Amino acid sequence: MTDIGSSRPAAQAFELVLDKGESRVAEFEVRARSPLQKLQHFLHANPTAVPAIVLLLSVAAFGFTVGSRFLSMFNLSLIIQQVTIIGVIGAAQTLIVITAGIDLSVGAIMVLCSVIMGKLAVTMGLPAPIALVAGVAAGAGCGVLNGALVTRLKLPPFIVTLGTWSIFFALNLWYSASETIRSQEVAKIAPLLQALGTPVNILGARFTYGSFFMLGLVALIWFVLNRTAFGRHLYAVGDDPDAARLSGIRTDRILFSVYVIAGVICSLGAWALIGRIGSISPQAGQTANLDSITAVVVGGASLFGGRGSIIGTLIGALIVGVFRNGLALSDVDVLWQEFAVGWLIIIAVALDQWIRKVSA
Amino acid sequence: MSAGPNVPGATPLLQARGLNKRYGRVTALDHADFDLYQGEILAVIGDNGAGKSSLIRALSGALVPDAGEIRLAGSPVAFRSPLDAQAAGIETVYQTLALSPSLSIADNMFLGRELRRAGPLGTICRMLDRKAMQRIAREKLTELGLMTVQSINQRVETLSGGQRQGVAVARAAAFGSRVVIMDEPTAALGVKESRRVLELILDVRRRGVSVVLISHNMPHVFEIADRIHIHRLGRRLTVIDPKAYTMSDAVAFMTGARAPVEVAA
Ligand SMILES: Nc1ncnc2c1ncn2[C@@H]1O[C@H](COP(=O)(O)OP(=O)(O)O)[C@@H](O)[C@H]1O
Ligand SMILES: [Mg+2]
Repeated sequence: MTDIGSSRPAAQAFELVLDKGESRVAEFEVRARSPLQKLQHFLHANPTAVPAIVLLLSVAAFGFTVGSRFLSMFNLSLIIQQVTIIGVIGAAQTLIVITAGIDLSVGAIMVLCSVIMGKLAVTMGLPAPIALVAGVAAGAGCGVLNGALVTRLKLPPFIVTLGTWSIFFALNLWYSASETIRSQEVAKIAPLLQALGTPVNILGARFTYGSFFMLGLVALIWFVLNRTAFGRHLYAVGDDPDAARLSGIRTDRILFSVYVIAGVICSLGAWALIGRIGSISPQAGQTANLDSITAVVVGGASLFGGRGSIIGTLIGALIVGVFRNGLALSDVDVLWQEFAVGWLIIIAVALDQWIRKVSA
Repeated sequence: MSAGPNVPGATPLLQARGLNKRYGRVTALDHADFDLYQGEILAVIGDNGAGKSSLIRALSGALVPDAGEIRLAGSPVAFRSPLDAQAAGIETVYQTLALSPSLSIADNMFLGRELRRAGPLGTICRMLDRKAMQRIAREKLTELGLMTVQSINQRVETLSGGQRQGVAVARAAAFGSRVVIMDEPTAALGVKESRRVLELILDVRRRGVSVVLISHNMPHVFEIADRIHIHRLGRRLTVIDPKAYTMSDAVAFMTGARAPVEVAA
């Protein structure tokens, strides 16, 4: 018993005890449940299950009705390109929604940042990296304003960001003088700004650096949300802010930083936006606000906070992309695309309400 | 193993003088005093609305009193938030439990004091040591013995009221290094589970940690308390020795049916 080797079996015995502790509990929860309740519980425990199923079904449905034009590698990779911006802005929105907030200014921040990047680099001739950094700083600044209004003045995020949406958009029109910077000019003077639009061909599929950038951002945010204390605290703050505060979390600090981070992500979205459309227009990206909320909600996050995942948002963005793309290929008028996406949101929220009613 | 902390002249571990707190026209604390000695179990009893929860919220940093002074081991402290009290070794089971329903049991146990991985993964990537947290959380719950849960990674919202209370109690007992405060910790528990919590409280005292127990259960209070603080109308009415008084005496004091003869046990 005195040799060092004995510590290993001891540890195993200890783990055996733990295992026993875990299996003993199998008898817990023996109440009979109806199939519907079982489904409700399953969806409650696996929030990304619904969007994943919906995505598969919609791909199958369009594959069936539209055929190979939809299912081709080229078209499927095109969808990923098309959802790059929604994916990036949706990532920012996810972080905010998890804290039970909402950011209506994300689209305006993105456009403002893209205009700042373009003006500085193309019109004023500053080095492109400096223009890029300035754009990111501007995004952070927008986030600081949102975060300060939410945490210092204790105003509801909906109202704050409704206000700053108008403010940022007005600044954007003023600073750009409502003028578009043409794609050729950007390409000639500051090609770095269009770098994320660089195409990459893989086996007939056509991606851009922007697609990979978006996927990388999603992976990074997944890590932060699930593997760091900050991520756990975002959920805690959105779930029950009083409980979070009593647990020793500085809730205001968390909330403030999440708005700043969202602002920074939006400025990165601005870079991706320039890559996607080539030109820099104060009127670009107008649908990013609602699209991002749609992606988040369709992806299974709850607007009441505490629930949501970045993978869900990515799937939500893909669902929106698949609907838009599939309906367009079916020669359905754009207005019906909007019609379908509208129903998608309402059904997603109704489903979330139902899942939340799960009995403990 | 007598508790016997009630040494006259000893400095209280945690002390409050003249705490005041008003909510609009309601006076929750009205010049409330409080003394907790090293290594004792102090019960706090009183009618509903007497201000017991407000008192302990002031002691745990969850409420900043309008006036009054709090001393820890003789030095004045000003807790601005629960974080300050936690840093001073004071852990609390709030009446509301203060758990995050959508996080797992393990996440909740370590909420606000997560363990990070050793090396650059922890210091640079800020990566959590989930294995260690899950292991410790499981140990603590097994120790408490009042939980039969499917998995330590189960969300708290899937637990029953009693199980949630168990998680909150285990968390406070695990981290409290000087004082553990429990606001009605057995309210949602059955007879057997309540027993386990009482045993846990005795365990905590054995570690030399002082315990403040708010409870309406007189048999429990008289069984384990070293002293009983009776709270009435926002202030401390008196402190009694459970061996010198009966339960009906205590109830008579706390309801105002009788006035205590001599103050301070
Ligand atoms: N946050 C609050 N807002 C308004 N009134 C409160 C608040 N917290 C407590 N009170 C009031 O203060 C008094 C004391 O409450 P509390 O400390 O919870 O008493 P107890 O725990 O002894 O039942 C009650 O009248 C209660 O209604
Ligand atoms: Mg109370």
